[in-house]
Amino acid sequence: MSNSKNEISRRKVIKTSAAAMAAIGAGPVFFSRGAIAGSHGGYCNAPTGKTVTLGFNVPQTGAYADEGADELRAYKLAVKHLNGEGDGGMLNTFKPSVLKGNGVLGKKVAFVTGDTQTKSDAARASAKRMIEKDKAVMITGGSSSGVAIAVQSLCQEAGVIFMAGLTHSNDTTGKDKRANGFRHFFNTYMSGAALGPVLEKEYGKERRAYHLTADYTWGWSQEKSMKDFTEALGWQTAKTVLTPVGAGDFSQYITPVLNSGADVLILNHYGKDMVNSLSQAVQFGLRDKQVNGKNFEIVVPLFSRLMAQGAGEAIKGILGSTNWNWQLKDPASAAFVKSFGAEYGAPPSMAAHTCYVQTLLYANAAEMAGTFSPEGIAKSLEGFKFDGMGNGPTEYRAEDHQCFKDVLVVRGNQNPTSQFDLLEVVEVTPRAQVEYDAAIFGGNLGSVNAKAC
Amino acid sequence: MNGNSARGDWLLLIIFAAVVLTAPFTLSYIGAGYPDLLQKFAIFGIFAIGFNILFGLTGYLSFGHAAFLGVGSYASVWMFKLFTMNVIPAVLFSVTIAGIFALMIGFVSLRRSGIYFSIITLAFAQMSYNLAYSVLSPITNGETGLQVRHLAPTDRGPDYVLKLVDEDLRWIDQAFGVVEDGIPITNLFGIKMSGFEGFYFCAVLLIIGFFISIRISRSNFGMMLRAIKSNQNRLNYTGINTRPYLLAAFVISGMYAGLAGSLLAVTDPLAGAERMQWTASGEVVLMTITGGAGTLIGPVLGATIIKYFENIFSAINEGILQNLFSFMPEGLMDIFVAVVGMFVGKGWHLTLGLLFMVIVIFLPGGLMEGVRRIGNLFRRSSKSAAPQPSSQAAE
Repeated sequence: MSNSKNEISRRKVIKTSAAAMAAIGAGPVFFSRGAIAGSHGGYCNAPTGKTVTLGFNVPQTGAYADEGADELRAYKLAVKHLNGEGDGGMLNTFKPSVLKGNGVLGKKVAFVTGDTQTKSDAARASAKRMIEKDKAVMITGGSSSGVAIAVQSLCQEAGVIFMAGLTHSNDTTGKDKRANGFRHFFNTYMSGAALGPVLEKEYGKERRAYHLTADYTWGWSQEKSMKDFTEALGWQTAKTVLTPVGAGDFSQYITPVLNSGADVLILNHYGKDMVNSLSQAVQFGLRDKQVNGKNFEIVVPLFSRLMAQGAGEAIKGILGSTNWNWQLKDPASAAFVKSFGAEYGAPPSMAAHTCYVQTLLYANAAEMAGTFSPEGIAKSLEGFKFDGMGNGPTEYRAEDHQCFKDVLVVRGNQNPTSQFDLLEVVEVTPRAQVEYDAAIFGGNLGSVNAKAC
Repeated sequence: MNGNSARGDWLLLIIFAAVVLTAPFTLSYIGAGYPDLLQKFAIFGIFAIGFNILFGLTGYLSFGHAAFLGVGSYASVWMFKLFTMNVIPAVLFSVTIAGIFALMIGFVSLRRSGIYFSIITLAFAQMSYNLAYSVLSPITNGETGLQVRHLAPTDRGPDYVLKLVDEDLRWIDQAFGVVEDGIPITNLFGIKMSGFEGFYFCAVLLIIGFFISIRISRSNFGMMLRAIKSNQNRLNYTGINTRPYLLAAFVISGMYAGLAGSLLAVTDPLAGAERMQWTASGEVVLMTITGGAGTLIGPVLGATIIKYFENIFSAINEGILQNLFSFMPEGLMDIFVAVVGMFVGKGWHLTLGLLFMVIVIFLPGGLMEGVRRIGNLFRRSSKSAAPQPSSQAAE
């Protein structure tokens, strides 16, 4: 029996494998030729036809799906406005702008979408599809810093521009910054710097804080910033506990808070995690407690209206920071809220705002440079100063591709007048107060990759 | 008989190789001819072939194979970070590490069979996932994932704290004086391992893996594994110790998974804990069952279908649907777009679930059973001219 399987002679094996090897060797030469010849203009995915394709890569499933859905709405609206449809939104207020509302560089803006699933692997697969198959010349999106950082480094390797959507970790434009990546959204350092003085004013200098932190790059970054700024006020840190993303049930993490001697709970959570942990903390009666002779308080460093909507009653009186709020009265915000509301019947979230702005900024940079080449885009964006995008005067810093602008400190509204009227602006922290030296987070920007792909 | 089946196997292998190597050309007609998806087809094909050696042949359903996939990825990225961007050492190291890991897990979990075995493997995988996610962060970089980074400065002073997660050494590359501009990409002696080149590297390994799986399936060892599946007690009563055979199958299958994990890192040098999650373990079970457990081609077919759904169906959005149905009158088009929209885009899981149900209910042997049935249909109609009662009775 053991001999019967040796029907295949050695000669046969060698012959066949030689043939197979020859086929294998010839394969790449033959098939990859067409693929490589696909790019023109010297940079990756240079648009050749009448359209230019942008890739919108957002979480459509997972803990950040609500933000992702709102981001996608904003992207679609931005494309409409760029192509001259609708009322133009912020195109009318954005200064200095060379956008004409006839597409970008005479090409109609088209887009492809993908689901990041809030996972680095899936996000990179989706971004690769956009670059390799759909020939997208720019990728944008976010809602998780881990994902944003992974996609940003992919875009750097591939040679396309990455316009970060909602990503709040310092690392995105700090330790993990890349020359092909740009971020309009603020970061945890700015949140801490803006919240610090307000916390001092509201809660005093003698507090013990307990941190619950989402266990990934954004959570770590947020926790560190909050710790640094509150300890500078004189606060103590009772304990910091890491919680898995998408945990769902936080009761096992909240119970120990009751006996820790802490009188402030800082929730470094976002999306559905924040909705769950905050609701449960309130259900456990934390806010009705008196500890060390003071009222127990909860702080949510990064606040968004979508999350406030999810958390319902629980958010009343809770302090946090935000990049933008739809109730701002400046003409740019009003114009954006108006066209977003007319289109979708609800005001935009801060995630939607930053994504919309990023798309316009990219289009404007391409118009200014006269090309979609990553080098041209980077040259126009670096050091670009603009206004009329809802945040007041803003600057894209050249050293780390991070935008600098005012930061809003908000509080959950005690008496909301509508289902969207959930956050009230407590303070607009001026840009000077949240600025920092680009070198403090380390990292290496490198040079723009504009090679053909 | 044997000569026939051997010739059939060679034919099968050659056809398989031809189909795989021409995939970039043929699959472009269904929108899947781009490098990243092709790489995924090949990589998850390898993963499923390896899984099938355990599940298809012995009937032992492991629910923790993603752990080996993840271990393979981490091992490869560490090779890139510490030694060289050449992929050969990374692949070899990953397969070895995954094999050792499988030996340890298999040694413990194979003491039980059936559902208990599945649960133990699931527990091990979930344990690995949680370890990678939190406790082992210094090696795995937690949720952010392990990535290839810039080189650490060469003139490190005595009090320089080297953080290997954020800075790389690449001793071998440095010894050969490789100059890096930015973050380097993986290569095979100078051929870059992204794009179509990366696919062909994976494809060659897929074909080799397929060949090995044919040889295993036809060998005495494979026969013994099938005997375990059909009646392990009888084997035990005849005095055969089945444990070594099972352990060998488990380790081989773990090494396949390690190879797949390594290739994931080769084509995209990033390793994340989510690769070890139980959903990833479940996915390979789905792939194998969809294609046909115990068959040779089935697992690869299942892997291709599931990855196709994940990447192509999930990307179909309203705009594409509106174009597709634009020939219809306005109202009808909106209805079609709304209904079909539920099954594509973020609804791709739903479509996949329905497909899986249909397959399990009507084709318990997977898609390969469908292929066989169609084949039988043709054979029967050609034979009906000269009826052969013996072959009819087998139906």
